[in-house]
Amino acid sequence: MYRYDDFDRQLVHERTEQFREQVKRRLAGDITEEQFRPLRLMNGVYLQLHAYMLRVAVPYGTLRADQLRQLGMIARVYDKGYGHFTTRQNIQYNWPKLDEIPDALLDLAKVEMHAIQTSGNCIRNTTTDQYAGAAADEIEDPRPYCELIRQWSTFHPEFTYLPRKFKIAVTGSPNDRAAVKVHDIGLRMHQNDAGETGFEVMVGGGLGRTPFVGKTIREFIGKNDLFSYLEAILRVYNRFGRRDNKYKARIKILVHEEGIDKIRELVEEEWAQIKDGSLRVDDAEIVHYIEQFAPPAFEALSDDDADFERHKSENRRFANWVRSNVIEHKQPGYAIANVSLKPIGGIPGDATDTQMELVADLSEKYSFGDVRVTHEQNLVLPHVKKADLFAVWSELDKANLGTANLGYVTDIISCPGLDYCALATARSIPLSQRISERFGDLDRQHDIGELKIKISGCINACGHHHVGHIGILGLDKRGKEFYQITLGGDASQDASIGKIAGAGFSEAEVVDAIESLVTKYIDIRESGERFIDTYRRVGMDPFKEVLYGDR
Amino acid sequence: MSLQVVTANRLEDGLVVFLTSDGSWSENINDARIADGKEAADALLAEASAPELDIVIVGPYLIDVEQQGADIVPTKYREVLRTKGPSVREDLGYQAV
Repeated sequence: MYRYDDFDRQLVHERTEQFREQVKRRLAGDITEEQFRPLRLMNGVYLQLHAYMLRVAVPYGTLRADQLRQLGMIARVYDKGYGHFTTRQNIQYNWPKLDEIPDALLDLAKVEMHAIQTSGNCIRNTTTDQYAGAAADEIEDPRPYCELIRQWSTFHPEFTYLPRKFKIAVTGSPNDRAAVKVHDIGLRMHQNDAGETGFEVMVGGGLGRTPFVGKTIREFIGKNDLFSYLEAILRVYNRFGRRDNKYKARIKILVHEEGIDKIRELVEEEWAQIKDGSLRVDDAEIVHYIEQFAPPAFEALSDDDADFERHKSENRRFANWVRSNVIEHKQPGYAIANVSLKPIGGIPGDATDTQMELVADLSEKYSFGDVRVTHEQNLVLPHVKKADLFAVWSELDKANLGTANLGYVTDIISCPGLDYCALATARSIPLSQRISERFGDLDRQHDIGELKIKISGCINACGHHHVGHIGILGLDKRGKEFYQITLGGDASQDASIGKIAGAGFSEAEVVDAIESLVTKYIDIRESGERFIDTYRRVGMDPFKEVLYGDR
Repeated sequence: MSLQVVTANRLEDGLVVFLTSDGSWSENINDARIADGKEAADALLAEASAPELDIVIVGPYLIDVEQQGADIVPTKYREVLRTKGPSVREDLGYQAV
């Protein structure tokens, strides 16, 4: 588990007190908004449509029970009783008052949390597989490396003013659940021919107004060399990344304009200078970090539990939840339980104070006090005994957290959109709610199978629409909301950027348009095909035809 | 005829406010002072951008509005949302009062 050392503790407390003084000076008029803005942003404080917004970091999406409980308390005391989990595995509060934010940060610091690296042109909070340390398919837990990246990148003096923000994602499994190919740097753990474990390094992926799938800059880098190699990439970016145009400042543009071969050459040249220096991490140190993430004290259990099987056969709703939301664990007798924050017709990613406290309590009782936040805006109890799943589900269900829809058409990613965000051009949440209601029938969801719908309320693409099997982008057309549909996006190991289907749809038309796409898929799919598989087989034309006919 | 008012976010809590006839800031758009035409709008924005207001509000700007009976209504949906609150949470924001 993420372990604060004294250094972290001091750093965060100092930062909180600094910010308290900065807020005081701002309110007294000693500094202007222009001077204050970068300072508040470095502490995760944005000014949104209706109020300030505080974004809190959840390093690599891992939370302890006491931390999640504190997040619930903060929602109640400093906000309006809820928080919003984001595609960056973080949490946002929508209504904090400026003069109370230093107190909120102090309360976060009490549970070793903060808002550092949630804004600004720095290396942001590192993200990873929400099933890290639990997934049956992983090579190794990726979090020790995420933690090393966190320590290396936090307040890195050279990388505090990069040309633009910088996001790193890591997967320890060949089945990528962390969308690593659409990050500035994506790391995929794998083994080389000599049987050593290391990482494929991908660079220049990203979404936003210019989406790209990352390109491989190095097929394999050993664990000891990872950090000097990352430093070399960041140095090349810091030196050559464009600062003349905000929209061309991400590393993806540099990689696109210069070509991956040229970037590789520059990085290798830089790396040769520093690879044997202080950033080389020796085996003993890596072991030290791996120990911090040692598996909890699992009991030796049979993988079959008679009570679990009985509950499934007796309770159809529980069986449905197991079918979609429970994932295989590496430890026999245990399972990974996903907590959907997508109730039918609800707001994707929102959780109330009491829901957070309940999940915290359940994690303490049933999952070694371990909770995860997913980039698809759900929560996870990663280590639940199969024998306890029914009890867990029963409690979740009572709190409207037992929706059985993980990976289905109603498990929609949606950014806050124009309902909250100052940058948005259209609303995204109401659309996600209407789609969820349209497809809410569970038998229908089972029939449709895996279908990832992702909605963004502007071209910045926080809702990942480019990598939705069906992506929806909300735009403003002469003062009216309208929605552009993309097809064929994918955030997994087979990452691809969706293609625009054609002209946009009005708010009134768009849900029917989505339904016509789903109906077409069901008509033409072959056995075992998901929506994305059918799309890849038949291409855009059949779908375009149902959307536009002869138009 | 183009009608405009000045809006901003209040420094201490970030809430949406509008410049009123007496130079104060109100949470209710119906209290806003309306500028009719470009010249009046420029003067209104200049007043709202005075350096001493930097400790009261953040980011003042002009928005287009229409007079609908007794109500002042923004022409853009984004600004309508700012006068009300999130459309998906009618229990929150000014619309909840």
